[in-house]
Amino acid sequence: MRSFDYARAASVDEAIRAGADGAVYLGGGTNLVDLMKLGVVEPGALVDVSRLPLDMIEELPTGGLRIGATVRNSDLALNGLVRERYPVLSQALLAGASGQIRNVATVAGNLLQRTRCPYFQDVSKPCNKRRPGSGCPAIKGAHQGLAIFGHSDACVATHPSDMAVALAALDARVETASRTVALNDFYVLPEERPELETVLEPGELVVAVSLEAPLEGARSAYRKVRERASFSFALVSVAVVATVVDGTVRSARIAFGGVAPRPWRALKAEEALSGREASAESFEAAAAAELEQARPLRDNGFKVELVRRLLVWTLTEVCK
Amino acid sequence: MASEIELELTVNGVPRSLEVDVRTTLLDLLREHLDLIGAKKGCDHGQCGACTVLVNGHRANACLLLAVSLGGADVTTIEGLASDGELHQLQRAFIEHDAFQCGYCTPGQICSAAGMLSEASEEGVALDAAEIRERMSGNLCRCGAYVNIVAAIAEVAER
Repeated sequence: MRSFDYARAASVDEAIRAGADGAVYLGGGTNLVDLMKLGVVEPGALVDVSRLPLDMIEELPTGGLRIGATVRNSDLALNGLVRERYPVLSQALLAGASGQIRNVATVAGNLLQRTRCPYFQDVSKPCNKRRPGSGCPAIKGAHQGLAIFGHSDACVATHPSDMAVALAALDARVETASRTVALNDFYVLPEERPELETVLEPGELVVAVSLEAPLEGARSAYRKVRERASFSFALVSVAVVATVVDGTVRSARIAFGGVAPRPWRALKAEEALSGREASAESFEAAAAAELEQARPLRDNGFKVELVRRLLVWTLTEVCK
Repeated sequence: MASEIELELTVNGVPRSLEVDVRTTLLDLLREHLDLIGAKKGCDHGQCGACTVLVNGHRANACLLLAVSLGGADVTTIEGLASDGELHQLQRAFIEHDAFQCGYCTPGQICSAAGMLSEASEEGVALDAAEIRERMSGNLCRCGAYVNIVAAIAEVAER
């Protein structure tokens, strides 16, 4: 690991000043420290933000929730209000990583974790995300776990978060020290510049994530398929937040994980489902509407079928 | 560049004052600086759990924590679980149930189980075998001693 300067920020302002000077923010470090060991990132300076007073989960006057950036994943997953009002979020968090990692990893760090594409993590290989312009060996290489939506000729990596998929379905908002961005506008697709992953400016600090009040009568769930029973990244995951009245789907918000460079909001599926009878036929039609846009790579076509089955199953559970 | 930083923390009840290279992980601090070699370096990437210790009572992978970020922390390793010469009840249960083969993952398994039992108790969750397996999934055993590991933890969970 390359050496670096280390400082613990005493305040948000101090952190932002260090960030403006090029320091990288250290939260729990469960991803960053690993990437530093691998030589994938080599910051000259770290500013530790993990003890800033950003670890509160507060109920908003609107009935929503404001979640501080340094809240630990395990604390968020087990929060009573989250479990009661946003079960999809609690389920997504508990489906991610291991107990040890969830105890340390923060909310902002979870949002900003990097792809687990094997080429990104191996500095002996080219990677347009890690070394812009060097090429993408994944396109013709080992890409079984990579994207079927939203990828480009420059990058086919997926975003690894479970939590962010639930937040996408919940229409969460990301607060930085200077502005608020909808989570669904927070991540950018790779196109020509896969090194750019979010709309954050250099040094911009995420301070919280906020949720609106849960929709009246809404039910939600997160379902994840992986290569082993636990402690593995999603091959495919689905988050659904839906309201069904008298057998008709009033609203459905759907996001997929493990299939795109960002949590993939399935707007076509939502549109196909809205106002329709909550039936197997409608669920299949919704899946088909979204999957029509899928562009599987040579070896990950199985994800298309996996998304279809997982979405239909999750909708069946949530909309019954 | 300030490569050495002063650090104070408590390890197994003993206050320690050290000067460490900023790159030192908690795992290397324990093993290389404090001669506490119970926590093991398996993958060194947070994937195997062999380095699991308790930090302020919560289980964590020591390999992914920068020591400099832990000023003031209270760390418990496998060496600190036993007290007054008496094995911790999880240590006894692992022996009784033959819950290991080579033993390399065992300190991490036991520290993780200790943290996991506190978590489950705080949540008020009953631990059946499936729940134990899910909650212990951050600890791999390449000998495949899982059946007996689960039995050992289940016995302590029932107490």
